[in-house]
Amino acid sequence: MADENNGKNGKVGLVDRVKDDIQAMKVDIPAKAKEQIEGLKDPTKTQVYTSIFRHKHDDTPRNRALGVLSNVFLHLHPAKINRDAVRYSFTWGMGGITFFLFNILTYTGVLLMFYYHPSKVQAFRDVLYLEHDVPFGKILRNMHRWAAHLMVIGVWLHMFRVFLTGSYKKPREFNWNIGVLLLVFTLLLSFTGYLLPDDQLGFWAVTVGTNMARATPLLGHEGPFGSMLGMTPYNDVRFGLLGGSIVDANALLRSYIWHCIGIPIVASILMIVHFWRVRKDGGISGPAPVMLEAEADKPRRGPKAAGE
Amino acid sequence: MAEPESGKPSPNPEAAKPAAPSAADATKYVGTPAVGTSKAAAAAGLSSPGPSNTEIDQRRRRLVWVAVTAFLTAWFLAFFRFFLPRTLFEPNTVFKIGYPSEFALGVDTKFQQKFRIWVDRTPDRVFVIYARCTHLGCTPDWKPSENKFKCPCHGSGYDSEGINFEGPAPRPMDRAHVELAPDGQIIVDTSRLYQWPKGQPSKFNDPGAFLTGV
Repeated sequence: MADENNGKNGKVGLVDRVKDDIQAMKVDIPAKAKEQIEGLKDPTKTQVYTSIFRHKHDDTPRNRALGVLSNVFLHLHPAKINRDAVRYSFTWGMGGITFFLFNILTYTGVLLMFYYHPSKVQAFRDVLYLEHDVPFGKILRNMHRWAAHLMVIGVWLHMFRVFLTGSYKKPREFNWNIGVLLLVFTLLLSFTGYLLPDDQLGFWAVTVGTNMARATPLLGHEGPFGSMLGMTPYNDVRFGLLGGSIVDANALLRSYIWHCIGIPIVASILMIVHFWRVRKDGGISGPAPVMLEAEADKPRRGPKAAGE
Repeated sequence: MAEPESGKPSPNPEAAKPAAPSAADATKYVGTPAVGTSKAAAAAGLSSPGPSNTEIDQRRRRLVWVAVTAFLTAWFLAFFRFFLPRTLFEPNTVFKIGYPSEFALGVDTKFQQKFRIWVDRTPDRVFVIYARCTHLGCTPDWKPSENKFKCPCHGSGYDSEGINFEGPAPRPMDRAHVELAPDGQIIVDTSRLYQWPKGQPSKFNDPGAFLTGV
């Protein structure tokens, strides 16, 4: 191209090219405009749309499955599930409610972080500030508090349901264990959040809780074999948790970091595994499939019906 | 794969013919091979770009795994060591509390807030109780009207000398090391505690656990 313009008629070459471009635009622009108008009429035909949603939305079993499978969030869930297994009287909806509460806690928690300083001087003042002055601070803090209580209850009820319906049995043993870990992390989130207001209740609760860590076997200085391994109040597991020998500024900061970053990340990863395993282990366990009486004489849907 | 020499005529003998290429044909391609592939290398007259020896080198593999494991282990240990700080910014455990004559018979709570101790004088001794419940570490309250210490957390009760008599506390409250400074003041060290564990001999009569004749 550069060679073409190098000759004595460089200017002519340029003019020719501009003419060509204009000619091309005369064809292109109406075509583009037509495409735009058609896109407005039917957005599902546009390239932008098809790049995001990669399958059709006709109501066929295939598309319904693809709608779940091709979505990064929904693909963790079963594409299809037995109607009776999602009956609320069977599941109690407790796993979903627990996850919903976790989302509320994440949202309100992040907002609370904007006004909270994890230091001994400011922490309690910030809580008072949130309660009495920050716009919507009171409702955010109380939503966080109540959702936290309810999440612990939700996890227990979810486990209770899973136990009662035998859903911890083969092939779901692995997911039960992930669930037990999630229970532990839920309780740890609760416990680390307890200290953050830096009030008398939280302070003494964490004092009591971490004093129990003194009696940890091997790793606690008052626990079995602890002193034999050279554990003292200045190098044992409690010291590592508190960042000191007393519940003080280091403990507050550590509590804050575990509460806001460390444990939520680990718990989120475990939740992803947990939800994904529900699907991989055969979906929500459930009672034997039943048909509605009204459907008993109708052909069943799906490939089986097509084959008959 | 079509069955060779089965006696039956192949369903499509014309199509089957080019399926038996000569050795020379194996390096011929249609179009330009993608850059960086083994086909491109072969087209350029190079031998295979991969390792000449395709066997697994067990020694090298073991070395790689050992290196990876050692690296991760070192970081894992460093992660835990990181949580044990070397320097602490905590209140000093050794401090002076004044002259013995300043403490009257009974329990004195004036250093509870500042040093977490009570100074206790009996007819023959002065000793310092470390104000930490032996159950789970809360600070009990001195109840003068009931002449006892009562822990607000789980209800452990101690008499005026810190001896447990009710609630979950497993042993009397610990006593801190006390001695007289050259200037006559009492020096307390709460990092040196004297205990009376359940079913074991009491350390409360050890030298340093109390002052006498003051």
